[in-house]
Amino acid sequence: MSLSARANEWRYQTGFRLAPQPDARIDVSHNVILYIEGVTVSFDGFKALNNLNLYINDGELRCLIGANGAGKTTLMDVVTGKTPCDAGQVYFGQTINLLEHDEAAIAQLGIGRKFQKPTIFDAHTVFDNLELSLKVNKGVWHSLFASLTAEQADHIDEVLEIIGLKQQRRQLAGALSHGQKQWLEIGMLLVADPRLLLIDEPVAGMTAQETERTAELLISLAGKRTVVVVEHDMAFVRSIARTVTVLHQGSVLAEGTMDQIQNNPAVIEVYLGEER
Amino acid sequence: MNNFVHKWGELRQGSQHITVFAGILFAITLLASLSNLLIPQDSFFHVSTYTIGLLGKYLCYAMLALSVDVIWGYCGILSLGHGAFFALGGYAMGMYLMRQIGERGVYGNAELPDFMVFLNWDSLPWYWLGMDQFWFAMLMALLVPGLLAFVFGWLAFRSRVTGVYLSIMTQALTYALMLAFFRNEMGFGGNNGLTDFRELLGFNLRADSSRVLLFAITALALALVYISSYFIMRSRFGRVLVSIRDSESRTRFLGYRTERYKVWLFVYSALIAGLAGALYVPQVGIINPGEFTPINSIEIVVWVAVGGRGTLYGAVVGAVLVSYAKTRFTALVPESWIFMLGALFVIVTVFLPKGIVGLLKQRVADPDSSAAFENPRQVLP
Repeated sequence: MSLSARANEWRYQTGFRLAPQPDARIDVSHNVILYIEGVTVSFDGFKALNNLNLYINDGELRCLIGANGAGKTTLMDVVTGKTPCDAGQVYFGQTINLLEHDEAAIAQLGIGRKFQKPTIFDAHTVFDNLELSLKVNKGVWHSLFASLTAEQADHIDEVLEIIGLKQQRRQLAGALSHGQKQWLEIGMLLVADPRLLLIDEPVAGMTAQETERTAELLISLAGKRTVVVVEHDMAFVRSIARTVTVLHQGSVLAEGTMDQIQNNPAVIEVYLGEER
Repeated sequence: MNNFVHKWGELRQGSQHITVFAGILFAITLLASLSNLLIPQDSFFHVSTYTIGLLGKYLCYAMLALSVDVIWGYCGILSLGHGAFFALGGYAMGMYLMRQIGERGVYGNAELPDFMVFLNWDSLPWYWLGMDQFWFAMLMALLVPGLLAFVFGWLAFRSRVTGVYLSIMTQALTYALMLAFFRNEMGFGGNNGLTDFRELLGFNLRADSSRVLLFAITALALALVYISSYFIMRSRFGRVLVSIRDSESRTRFLGYRTERYKVWLFVYSALIAGLAGALYVPQVGIINPGEFTPINSIEIVVWVAVGGRGTLYGAVVGAVLVSYAKTRFTALVPESWIFMLGALFVIVTVFLPKGIVGLLKQRVADPDSSAAFENPRQVLP
């Protein structure tokens, strides 16, 4: 079965079971879900992001590539509220200014993030990791008296099946293999039902087979959700990407299909220049 | 469906755990109380009132250790100033007991405690008003530590102060309070503190029956605090706390306002410490600024570390064992206790990171089968 055919199957599974709830707060009437305009972040004079402009369309699957220090992770930090920026604007949809919100609020708006190094809660079971990630009221009082509804439990079961950890549901997450941890973290994203997923190096440390499954899953998620992937693995990027954005020294160097990017003289110069 | 079966199993397992703890506590309390009241003094099985007082004191310490365990063991907040909340609760109780002395004081002043007469004060300071009412004093014993914890926690956690910086701030907090309470002008009896108590709600504090009653009430309070902490720690709230302990930023990215969780946990912890202090003072008969000394707060941390963090019962075991050791060794070689305490902390940190409880669990259970079903909240980073 080809990659896209299998992705279709995934899409059927995940789309059918995990269709995102429409969120009236997010206005995507201009078809753009994330506006990043003129963003500059500097650390002690070093400009990690330099007047960066980037627009992500609703429902697209975008890959960000670039050398180390190009600003990919900093960009994700800005969007998720971890790092404040010195200048510029970041809007989620037409109306929500992300710079006014903190990490928790941004997560509640429906922006999920997967970190480069799998960050799951080792001391919790796989099931608890997913339960904590559910899209529910995250307030103190609510958590104190919260119990899982049947619907939520089913939702978790579905995600467990998708990420292939049904057998390990009661196992401590710390005891999982590296690849399983990556999948658990993806599951934590899925169960939270985000509108925009920011995924940092999802296939680092995965086997070829796991990489392929990840590619299928990410393709299947696009459309209903917007997915932004940062990745170094060029073969992986080629297999999933429709649009690729190249970052260089904190700014966008080029944008286009994989073929356009590979034939772009500016990109060639930067990469060849580095290799020399 | 499967999930529900499991949840039900978990709940039943939880109630078993509580039954065991409450059962042991109840048995000890009953046995000690009856042996004190019913068995004649010359009998071998008689438990002296001194021992009852000692046991009551240990249970107060156990409650205090519990308050540190919920923040340190479950949420990674290492407070080196928890003695402050304990002492504030104790002072509130002490103020009530001082007012109960009335005309029986050395100066026979119905309104003013002795030390105020001695300082030539002619009226009660405003913060002593209402402290002659038991309910009001008890409210203050909880409210003052709770409010202090809220303000402190709100400022510290909102500014994202964590780790060793937070520990140092808590230490500074208790040190500052100690210096303040040492001052005579503060109106809390200065260096001598509050003492010479007579009665509590009409019960003579020097009578055996009152001592036993106080001890039993302390045991009951400890059991209630234990049960409520147990359920809080196994709620989703408790699991969020463990997530904060292990990766706070990740927890934020899941949409939890971690600082609010930490503030409310800190307040809960301070309330327990205040309650422990309020129960402690009538049993030892004195409260003075010495309770605020940083070394006292560090001792609490040692209890929890020795017993085992993040298990609740570990804190109780640690507090009782270390306090018992202290009672014995300070009688034998008083000067050496502080060194032994330091050595104990180092030994436990290096060789027993999970404390006595962790060691026993390792010995008793076969580690593979228990790990999966064991309360996962007990695993430390």
